[in-house]
This record gives sequence, structure tokens and C-alpha cells, in this order.
Amino acid sequence: MWQFFHKLGSPKWFYGIATRFMPWLLAAGLIMLLAGLVWGLAFAPKDYLQGNSYRIIFIHVPSAFLAQSMYIMMAVAAVVTLVWRMKLADVFVKAVAPVGLVFTFLSLFTGAIWGKPTWGAWWVWDARLTSMLILLFLYGGVIALDRAINDEKSAARAVAVLVLVGVVNIPIIKYSVDWWNTLHQPATFKLTEKPSMPTEMWVPLLLSILGLYLLFGWLACLRMKTEILTREQRTRWVKELVMAGRR
Amino acid sequence: MAFDSFSAFIAMEGHGPYVWACYAVFLVLVAGMMIWSARRNRAIIEACRRRFEQQEVTTGKDARTQAAASFTRVDVSQD
Repeated sequence: MWQFFHKLGSPKWFYGIATRFMPWLLAAGLIMLLAGLVWGLAFAPKDYLQGNSYRIIFIHVPSAFLAQSMYIMMAVAAVVTLVWRMKLADVFVKAVAPVGLVFTFLSLFTGAIWGKPTWGAWWVWDARLTSMLILLFLYGGVIALDRAINDEKSAARAVAVLVLVGVVNIPIIKYSVDWWNTLHQPATFKLTEKPSMPTEMWVPLLLSILGLYLLFGWLACLRMKTEILTREQRTRWVKELVMAGRR
Repeated sequence: MAFDSFSAFIAMEGHGPYVWACYAVFLVLVAGMMIWSARRNRAIIEACRRRFEQQEVTTGKDARTQAAASFTRVDVSQD
């Protein structure tokens, strides 16, 4: 167990594993996302209340879902950074934060466009939207803080603390639709209940969520590899790897 | 298919601009991020390779000049 744990912390070992898994992640992710989106756009039935504008859900929910779970993953990595000083955990936080920023922006942007025909407003200062905007600022803060500190180790620790402080926002986003009166509709998927949507709607939604998750896995591996190479560029294994012409 | 014709699919009963704008931005950002990250990864691999190749050339040279230097007496001016 501990040996596995130490291996997991080795950038070289991770690099090999990531290289092996990445093509599968990419292929499966692309197929699932494409299937989910085409199904959702062209074949899923129209919503009786919102009409066709509800088709935005097939990108809005996956983006928002991923933006939040990415932050939780970053928080776990932050704990690992602070407690075990594992290099890979910090590499993960650094590699993933910009991706989180993009997905949070996407969920806000698609939400705003969805809001116009549905609520009659691009933006309202309600609990779900505001807490999501705070998530966007948190991602921005993590990136900025990391860039502002030159020393790698101090940057890792400062970023980890910021990520952990910001994690308080995640349950607020999650329960905002239950705690406050809000325009935003409640969660589509719950672990304990059957989805309230018809099957022809939630299956493509689930497909696009899983597809985007897999693509995120690919993206995280790729960006972590870049970060590892940047940090370890003077080591012998990187030299052997690069000179062998392998990717 | 939930639509009767292709033009109905594009129009989406008036919701077309909203839906298509979302999908366009989503695709551009996700694909852009993937391509950009892949390019950056390739760029750093190339940069590393170039540096290592440079290093091999220069260390080869250095070794020879150093070896030569250790057998050469350097005359220091006594003035």
C-alpha cells in the first residue's frame, strides 16, 4: 500500500501511466460527448415548458458539474500537498486550475444565454449564480497566486491553503437552490432518486457528462505531463525520454 | 429526430440563436483548450530536446579544451 502511494508520487511513474491511458481517455471521451450532444440536440424530445432552449442543458450541466468536482479534486490534492508534500498533487492543482476556470466560465455563460429566453434576464443576483461567480474568482485567484510566487514550494503551500479556504463555497453552490428562494431549477441528478426527466432526456445528459469527464481526464493528464516536464527538465529520465523521441 | 426539417432544426422555434451560440462557444473553448494544451506539451518537449542536443555538443567541446588546458603551462607576465 505504502509502496503504491510512493510510486503514485513519482512524476516519472505517473508520466508513463498517463501516456498509456491518454489515447483511451480521448477516444472514449470524444465518442461519448459527441453522442450525448447530437442526441440531445437533434433527437431528445422538446421540453413542454421551456421549448427547445432547454437543449442548452446538455452543455450547461456537464460544465457546471465538472467545474465543481474539479474544485473538490483540487481540494483533495491540496490536503495531500500540505500533509505529505507530494509533488504530483501540486502539479495536479497547477495543471487543472485553468481548466476549472474555463468550465466555470462556460457554465455561467451558457446559463446566462439560457436565462434570457427562460427567465427573461441574462443575469440575476441569486444564490446559485452568485456562488458560481465566486467559484470563477476562486479559480482566478488560484492561478494568480501561483503565478505571483516564484519559489515552487512556497507557491504550492500558499495555493493549497487558498484552495482549502475556498472549498467552503462548494456546499453553498450545491445547496443554494434548496436554502434560498431562487430562479434556478433544482438539481437534475440526485444519487438517491430517479431523475425527474424522461429517459430520452437524461440518458444523453448522462452521456455528455461522462464524456466531458473523460475528456477532462485526458486534458488533466496532458497538462500534468507538461508541468512535470517543465519541472524535471534537468533530470536524467527526461533526457532519456526526450532523446528517445517518445512522447 | 425531434424536428421535421433541417431548417426547423436550425431555427429551434425561435430558440436557435440561444442554443447555437452556447454550443459554438462550448466547442470553441473546449477544443481550443485541448489543442492549445497539446501544442504547449509538444513545444516543451521540443525545447528540451534542443537543449539536450546543444548540451551534448558543447560538453563534448568543453571536455577536449579542458583536457588540453590541464597540460598547457600558462605563462604569466612577470612585469
